[in-house]
Amino acid sequence: MKIHEYQAKSILNQYGVRIPRGEVAETAEKAYEIAKDIGPKVVVKAQIHAGGRGKGGGVKLANTPEEAQERAREIIGMNLVTHQTGPEGKLVKTILVEEALDIAKELYIGIVIDRAKEAPVVMASSEGGMEIEKVAAETPELIFKEYINPATGFLPFQARKLAFQLGLEGNTFKQAVKFLLTLYKAFESTDASLAEINPLLITGQGDVLALDAKMNFDDNALVRHPNIKGMRDLDEEEPLEVEASEFDLNYIKLDGNVGCMVNGAGLAMATMDIIMYSGGMPANFLDVGGGVSEEAVKNAFKILISDKDVKAALINIFGGIVRCDLVANGIVKAARELELNIPMVIRLEGTNVELGKKILEDSGLAFFSASSMKEAAEKVVPLASQ
Amino acid sequence: MSILVDENTRVVIQGITGGEGTFHTKRMLEYGTKVVAGVTPGKGGQTHLDVPVFNTVADAVAEEGTNATAIFVPPLFAADAVMEAADAGVDLVVCITEGIPTFDMIKVKRFLKEKDCHMIGPNTPGIISPGKCKIGIMPGHIHTPGSIGIISRSGTLTYEAVQQVSLQGYGQSTAIGIGGDPIVGLKFIELLQMFKEDEDTEAVVLIGEIGGTAEEEAAEYIKQEFPKPVVSFIAGQTAPPGRRMGHAGAIIAGGKGTAKEKMEALEAAGVFVAKSPADMGARIKEALS
Repeated sequence: MKIHEYQAKSILNQYGVRIPRGEVAETAEKAYEIAKDIGPKVVVKAQIHAGGRGKGGGVKLANTPEEAQERAREIIGMNLVTHQTGPEGKLVKTILVEEALDIAKELYIGIVIDRAKEAPVVMASSEGGMEIEKVAAETPELIFKEYINPATGFLPFQARKLAFQLGLEGNTFKQAVKFLLTLYKAFESTDASLAEINPLLITGQGDVLALDAKMNFDDNALVRHPNIKGMRDLDEEEPLEVEASEFDLNYIKLDGNVGCMVNGAGLAMATMDIIMYSGGMPANFLDVGGGVSEEAVKNAFKILISDKDVKAALINIFGGIVRCDLVANGIVKAARELELNIPMVIRLEGTNVELGKKILEDSGLAFFSASSMKEAAEKVVPLASQ
Repeated sequence: MSILVDENTRVVIQGITGGEGTFHTKRMLEYGTKVVAGVTPGKGGQTHLDVPVFNTVADAVAEEGTNATAIFVPPLFAADAVMEAADAGVDLVVCITEGIPTFDMIKVKRFLKEKDCHMIGPNTPGIISPGKCKIGIMPGHIHTPGSIGIISRSGTLTYEAVQQVSLQGYGQSTAIGIGGDPIVGLKFIELLQMFKEDEDTEAVVLIGEIGGTAEEEAAEYIKQEFPKPVVSFIAGQTAPPGRRMGHAGAIIAGGKGTAKEKMEALEAAGVFVAKSPADMGARIKEALS
């Protein structure tokens, strides 16, 4: 799960990570009040999940509270387009107003889980403000890494090593070591999957602060962090995906017109792929998962056909945990409740397949049957383009 | 004839009295798996599905000589269950549970380094050596004994591969789902090493998906050290970057982990790559002719 910058900063601050003074506003008047309080010089920052906000005009400097109000008025309600939002952009509802600090140096700190090493890794780089992927590709020697043993956690000597590698000295060095250790504590304690400080700011006085902050969390662990779960911003998500998540379904909206409903993530991706090889494009990824109830199958089906881009649907079920008779009952019930107007191709295989097929046949529903994935894809693609 | 599990495997089910545990224990017993014990803390001394239930895995090992376990306990308790089994001296842990926090698995893997114990999963359909032993939730009846090894990050897509292999007239020596999470137990390379030593495995089907670099690492190993033919399919060729495709581990992050990179690495290693998932069976036939 992703959260906003201001939310990440508030979490980090609770663990002792130093952040600039600032406050959240939803109106220009509030921005004025905040600037009067912490300014006069402030930075007004649009709060959307996508990166690249500065380049898109979503981050602006103000020298006076009046200017802050003016900048806030421009940013709140704007449709912010960045390289991550897509051309349609994202509506800005909230801004963060922060004290403007003098910048002596910008560094990079990031913590992620390294899958190959099966451990968290703390990365530090002198190349602050740049995309770390770009630094990794072009000048990998400028990224320093320390892998974490989960039994001991991030050790002080490792933090010192990174701070020395960044070339820091004196009071700045001490602050940076503390910053690194507290950042890791926040990462581990919240089951984060990413904690990125880019840039990490060194001020003219040598102080160390998080100028920006990005945190992502392990969805599987949110159940033990209800406060973080409550930070989810549904406005940042596709409405159909929000609805699907309420039913515990894995659904991702895509650009094509062939709707898919599949059990299992791998088979769902493979179904999308075979639609492409048959000359079509998938409208979505939809995994009804293992052990789902008849009700869940029905819900999945509702979401699938409420996408107006879907011109035909492919239902591909290979029963293991999911029994084909359950799926068939779900399809029949949903089809009767929601007056169906799109053609469907159904491929059932696995546990109780004969029973499932019989339920479908006896239902009197109009559908096309297929006995293999390939046949199903080849049948559904022409139906979608009619 | 198989790897990791065979007719001598004696299985304990952790979480046997729960809904999922009960449903799948029945199916494992029907398949002929030697399910000799169950564990549910506090229910020791009872029997469930005619299987004796113990309070701890250590008791099950002592009383019934179990050497493998299937875990059906809820996500937040699963890591503890894996470590309990490893500590009790079980050789093979099959962790079916989906939704375990990543940090829990990082700790588990560190714990297992000091134990003589293999883990399959989590978030896996399990492992089956057809006709001998099934530990997991896959439909047993689609499998037939034979000479093809199958290793997969997926569940149902593995069943698809099994069916295609069977339709070409080949059976399976052992089929393993390694799990869809970012951190899993046995991975492609360790299992390829076992299939290399297994005399009755003629060829291997390796089913990967987007996310991580496990397929690229496997390709490097195959190129250097694996003498048998390998067929592969990578799911997620049409998946968008930055989105988690169902499995916690199936995400293209920072431009890394695309299907294209994986397919190219495998092709360069001499693997028969099926571009379409419908071609897995045909490519096996080609690889063995």
